This record gives sequence, structure tokens and C-alpha cells, in this order.
Amino acid sequence: MSPKGRHAAGWWALILPAFLLMTAFYVAPILQVLAISVTEPSPGLGNYERLFTSESVQRVIGTTLRIGVVTTAVALLLGYVLAYRIALAGPRAQRWWLLAVLVPLWISVLVRAFAWVTLLRRQGLVNEGLLAAGVIDQPLSLVWNEFGIIIGMVHYMVPYAVLPMLSAMREIDPRVLAAARGLGASRTGAFLRVFLPLSLPGVIAAGVLVFIFSLGFYITPAILGGGKTLMVAEWIKLQILDLIRWGLGAMMATVLVVAILATLAVFSRLVNLRRLFGAGG
Amino acid sequence: MGGYRPGWLNGAVAWATVIYLILPITIILPVSLTDQRFLSLPVHALSGEHYLRLLTTPAWTNAILQSAFIAVASTVLAVVLGTLCAIGCWRLSRRSTELVRALMLLPIIIPSIAYAIGLYRYFAKLGLLDSFTGVVIAHGVTGIPYVVITVSTALAAFDPRLESAARGMGASLPQTLRWVILPRIAPGIVSGAIFAFIHSWDELVVVLFIASRRVFTLPRKIWDGINENLDPAMAAVAVLLVAMTVLLLLLDLALRRQRRD
Repeated sequence: MSPKGRHAAGWWALILPAFLLMTAFYVAPILQVLAISVTEPSPGLGNYERLFTSESVQRVIGTTLRIGVVTTAVALLLGYVLAYRIALAGPRAQRWWLLAVLVPLWISVLVRAFAWVTLLRRQGLVNEGLLAAGVIDQPLSLVWNEFGIIIGMVHYMVPYAVLPMLSAMREIDPRVLAAARGLGASRTGAFLRVFLPLSLPGVIAAGVLVFIFSLGFYITPAILGGGKTLMVAEWIKLQILDLIRWGLGAMMATVLVVAILATLAVFSRLVNLRRLFGAGG
Repeated sequence: MGGYRPGWLNGAVAWATVIYLILPITIILPVSLTDQRFLSLPVHALSGEHYLRLLTTPAWTNAILQSAFIAVASTVLAVVLGTLCAIGCWRLSRRSTELVRALMLLPIIIPSIAYAIGLYRYFAKLGLLDSFTGVVIAHGVTGIPYVVITVSTALAAFDPRLESAARGMGASLPQTLRWVILPRIAPGIVSGAIFAFIHSWDELVVVLFIASRRVFTLPRKIWDGINENLDPAMAAVAVLLVAMTVLLLLLDLALRRQRRD
């Protein structure tokens, strides 16, 4: 081997352990899901046929897509406003705003779902407060339904929406805005015709990210949905742990993974995960 | 952005969003200090009894210790493998290593439910169900992406000529790693370790599938609590979790700032 080749071999050796572990304990189990979906209960595409024939399969996919779209839309809207505010803030203020986004991002999903239950259930703080204030005379059903799921999911997704949009907004040259104003554009005009189009790649990246995260979300919908509104992830758990229908659960998991990877592949040039997690500084 | 002020509507919605993000989390603090036996705000006085109960109930303390052990072990696994892999990919930097890096990010992209059901069957064959080894491997593998991301970011700011110079002067690969590369990217490694630790400490979905009686982590205990009996001890444990996350994040921010200065 040439010295140069031996050189490269050393660097490849650094990659190898992670690669082997990832293949043996991540990729293999995922492929196992694919295998189960076409072999159980009998070999063939019987499970996938259910996508077209089973009403319950179609209903759960419909619910998941609906909740995913609503969550994405609301999270993008709130996230855009917040990112815009952060982008315009001074460096010191920016640090505080950013902290307000990053802390919720890293706080346990379970803790957050628990907090929402504490607030929103029938005897929760919101209902008690409104009852005591005389605004309502019957407790509102704020949780264990689709409304509760969306409140909790948007809460989880807003930080994921803010970070890619903020990083796109930071790349916009402020002089372009000044130029637009100097050439006579109104504030709204400069925003709508200059800032918004330039920030659009960030919006699309954020939308893709939030949407694919929403599709496979388990904990928040399971706790805040109270078992009544089923999304795909909880439905899969139900098929496998409660009904022992491995084939059907694995089929849905495969569809979920393929849908997510396909979405990501289509938008791959716009979504940069590394930038997302590096955005804290 | 020079001379550009946000309008009042923008400011109002931004503030409302931040309150929506933060307020629900802060509400657990007063609830955890309630003097009542059920989830509520304190009525007559603040009380620390729920914290005391938490720290004297073996079921809770065991869960905390188990989670801490698993999180530390899986963080070590993720940090060692993730750092080496990121360095290798950075140095070789060709199409194939871009693919390796994409592979390392899969656990963030693919929903954990899909991984959990696959792993359940896979571990059943290997006899790793309900074992600490199994959970550490699962959390370690899914923690690797965080390390690869933060270390790659740190390496992007590292001058590759330093590495060539070290090798040119006769340093071996391990020597170059130890004395040239690792000291420069240490803050990135620490960030990665923090995120990998938080990831394992909070992970629930995989544990729900691959653990049963022997391995009982804190998130599982909380999950059971939310589904079975909601009591103020849950709020107390939630406060402890939040405090831990906030401390780790502040540590990370401080380190990043130090690195910039």
C-alpha cells in the first residue's frame, strides 16, 4: 500500500466503529420492520393491500395528515413571527430570545405533555381559573381530543420552525432592505417584496422538518389525545403490543419511514439538519 | 438590521409565542410545591413534602439512578464513536463519507416508533430485551447523530493545514488526534455529549418496547404516572428534570461563548 493509501486507511478506521454499530443496531432493526411487513402473517403484499381496502387504516392516515398539516401551518406562522423578531433584535436581546426558544426545545417531551395535562384537563388550572372568574359555568374540554393534541404538538414544533427560518433570515443582507426603503418602498412593501421572498427557503426547510416530525410523533398525541384520536405512531403501538398484529403494524411503520425519507429527498437541498442543531451559537 | 424596527403586531405575537413556549413549563413549579394531595396550586402554604416523598420512595430513586447510569454509559458510547466518525468523515471528505454522515443522521429523521418495533424483534433474537446492555446500545446509537452534528460543526472551523503540518512533522495518527485535533474541537465534543445525555435521559418510546421489569427508567415511571395516577410527586420530578436540562443548556451556552471569545 502506498503511504497515501495507508494514510486514508487510518482515517477510514476511525469511521468504522460507528458505521458497524449503526449498521448492526440501527439499520438492521429498521430493515427487519420492512421484512416483517411482507412476511407476516403470510408472505406477500397483503398488508399493503389494506392501505386501499381498510377504512380504519385510511382513517388513521387521514387523521395524521390533517393534524400534521394544521400543526405545521400554525407552527410556521408563530415561528416566522418569532424568528423575524429575533432577527431584528440587537445582539444582547437576541441571546435572550434564543434562549427562550432553545430551552423548550430540549425540555423533556413527557414533562411538557404533563404540564399541558395539568393546565388543560377538566379540573385543570385553566378551567378552574375560568370557572372561578365566572367566564364559563361548565369546564371546557381542552384536552383528550384533537385540540389538545394540536396545542401540545405546536408547542413542541415551534422551536424546530424558528431555527431554520432564523438562520435563513440572518443571511439576508440588511442593506437590501435599506435599499428597498431608499427606493421608496413602504415598510410593508419592503417586507412583502424583499424580505419574505428571501426568507422563503428557510420557511420551506422549517415546514418540511416540522411536517415530517409531526407524522411520526408518539408521546404527545398519546398523552394529550387520551386514546380517542389516533395518529399513526400510536396506532402502530396498538397493533403490535395490544393486538399482536405485527404485519399490519410493520406495514404502517414502513409506509411512515418511506413517506418521511421521500419527503426529505425531494427537499434535500433546502433542509440542512446540521445547520439546525448548530444554530444555538 | 440597520434602522429596521419590528412593528407592534410583530412584537406582540412574538411575545405571546414566547409566553406560550415558556409558561406551561413554569407552571409545574408552583404545582410541585402544593400543600394538597392532588395536582393543584398551593392553597395555604408552600410545601416540600412531594420532593421529600420523591427522594424517599425507592421506586422513584431507583428509576432516577437507572436513568442516570444508562444516560452516562450511552453518552460515552455515542461520544467516542460519533467523534471518531465525524473526524474521519471530515478528513477524507468525499462523496462516500457524505453518505456515511447522512446515515449517521437517520436516527433523528426516522420516527422512534419504527425503530422501537424493529428493535423489539431484533433484541428478542439476541436475548437483549429488558437488559441494561440493550438499552445502552439503543440510546448510544440514537445519540450518535447529536455528536456527529456538533463535532462536524466544530471541525468546519478547524484549519486542516494544522493536521497536515503535524503529520508532515512525523506525528502518528493517534498523536495528531490527541495533541492537535481533539483539543481544538473539545467544546464541540462537550456540546455533543450534553445533547446525547439529554437524549438518553428523556428517551421513552424505545424503552417502552425493549424494557419490561428489570429496566425501569425515569421516563417510563413518569409515563406510568401520567396514565395511572396524576399526583404532585409527578410535578416535583418534572421540576427536577427541567432544572437539569436548563443547567446543562446553560453550561453548553457558556462553553460556546467561551469558544467564540
